[in-house]
Amino acid sequence: MSIHVKSMDVKDIIKKENLVYKKSPLMTDNVLSYCPGCGHGTVHNIIAEVIEELGIQSQTIAVAPVGCSVLAYEFVDIDWLQAAHGRAPAVATGLKRVMPDKYIFTYQGDGDLAAIGTGETIHACNRGEHITIIFINNGIYGMTGGQMAPTTLAGMVSSTSPYGRDVSTMGNPMKITELVAQLPGTYYVTRQAVHKPSNVRKTKRAIRKAFENQTLKKGVSLVEVVSNCNSGWKMSPVKSNKWMEENMFSFYPLGDIKVDGELVK
Amino acid sequence: MKKELRLLKGNEAIAEAAIRAGADAYFGYPITPQSEVLEYLMMEKPEERTGMVVLQAESELGAINMVFGAAGAGRRVITSSSSPGISLFQEGISYIASAELPCVLVNVVRGGPGLGTIQPSQADYFQATKGGGHGDYHLLVLAPASVQEMADFVPLGFDLAFKYRNPVMILTDGLIGQMMEKVELFEQIPRATEFDQDWVATGKTPDRERNIITSLDLQAVQMEKRNLRLQEKYRKMQAEVRFEEIACEDAEYLIIAYGSSARVCQKTIQQARDKGIKAGLLRPVTLYPFPTKAIQVLTEKVKGILSVEMNAGQMVEDVRLAVNGKIPVEHYGRFGGMVHSPNEVLEALEEKIVKP
Repeated sequence: MSIHVKSMDVKDIIKKENLVYKKSPLMTDNVLSYCPGCGHGTVHNIIAEVIEELGIQSQTIAVAPVGCSVLAYEFVDIDWLQAAHGRAPAVATGLKRVMPDKYIFTYQGDGDLAAIGTGETIHACNRGEHITIIFINNGIYGMTGGQMAPTTLAGMVSSTSPYGRDVSTMGNPMKITELVAQLPGTYYVTRQAVHKPSNVRKTKRAIRKAFENQTLKKGVSLVEVVSNCNSGWKMSPVKSNKWMEENMFSFYPLGDIKVDGELVK
Repeated sequence: MKKELRLLKGNEAIAEAAIRAGADAYFGYPITPQSEVLEYLMMEKPEERTGMVVLQAESELGAINMVFGAAGAGRRVITSSSSPGISLFQEGISYIASAELPCVLVNVVRGGPGLGTIQPSQADYFQATKGGGHGDYHLLVLAPASVQEMADFVPLGFDLAFKYRNPVMILTDGLIGQMMEKVELFEQIPRATEFDQDWVATGKTPDRERNIITSLDLQAVQMEKRNLRLQEKYRKMQAEVRFEEIACEDAEYLIIAYGSSARVCQKTIQQARDKGIKAGLLRPVTLYPFPTKAIQVLTEKVKGILSVEMNAGQMVEDVRLAVNGKIPVEHYGRFGGMVHSPNEVLEALEEKIVKP
């Protein structure tokens, strides 16, 4: 088997001229704690690229949540605070108010942002804090093992809705992104995904805009990224992305919701 | 230099002192009996006076986490609340203590438990001195007994908070918060312009590693190390113990009381001595660290101790630990928002300590 491979040694392939992808230099060498197939790593890299391209590493402070991305500070080479569950927008408010010219962003999942942190999210958005919120929505509590989240779809199976989410007793999936877009304190609200290269490029444009908006001091820029959770959904990565396209996007449609302070018709 | 004297409520003194102490930010949420802190700050426009940020949060959860954020940037941050609101702070305080961030927290205590009452109380002693939230940690706790000390303990609190990178609580109550007294105000301390402590999260510059403010160590062995570091810090903090002794030189009977209760007991001491009872008063100024050694010294001299608190008996446990059974130690106090009178304390002293 190896006879033919010998002429194609891997060392011959790893050359500068053959490089088609590299991680951002602001991504650390720590091994990602995310499951293979998860979207978190892609979003981390996008954020790192945006910070590097804008040249704002020394001006950026991030707030990590509680959830799968609790250890986000291990992976992006910037200053971080790790907040209590749901409190990241309040922590970001404290940071931004004493450092109004720095770039402050939170990185939160759906349980963090749309359940336990609903109050902090809505009021940071309503006050129009000049911060960026990156919101990863995979419809499930990933870190604790796949429990029902505020964003879990109707009928969707999770470890705490084992027969499917019964909205008559368990409540309805929450579109918090559409909700905060109604508030005058939000300036840019968009929903994106990272399951395909074209979507990765769109998400990067959105995140870049969300960071650049901070210099305008016109309020919150929120980028929701609908993501898979192949482990929590008990699917292969490929199947989970297909399931996401078929089920999540119809309820959480991709695209801009509010741009430059105006709701998109 | 000309003294600046003002007649202020305790809550107003906290607010004015925060501005003068060079605080960078105050985040708070209204609750009786401490709302004057936020009201005074809003009225004074500290943004114009010093550049200090004042923000009314959406809840105590919001307020304490705004404190976490600004403290993580190395700023001098202060917040205030009253008992039910302080309970809501506890999650954030535990994170702040674990992440070793400096800040000043003011608890203008009211009667509890539950929604309780808006009248003064000392029922949050356990919560303040034993940690309060989850995990092994301590706040450094200052207990003012006058409006003057309300003002003076704010800059002292900031100094201690930054010295130990630890939250400092000013544990007062609705009586001192609402009471007006003459205050000699200290001069304006300029706000710091440099935040170059090596731990602050202000943006990673090329000359240093990134700073991470976190209370998390997923590996238990790392979390144990963090705990050992905290415990070592608490041992060092014992050096900050402060107390006041009143008429203790020849005392045969000792009252131990802090804050408002100590003010009441000062009158009791006079009344007792008028009756020929040689009573003295030990007033802990720091509740954590607790003046254990001072109590042990007095234990050798007096016949009995009455711990007088506006609660059902909390500090008395720390007094008993210090005394270790050598002499009788009893508790007396009104609670649930009631304040004992000097006469009531004197009766209790005679019945519980002097007579037996």
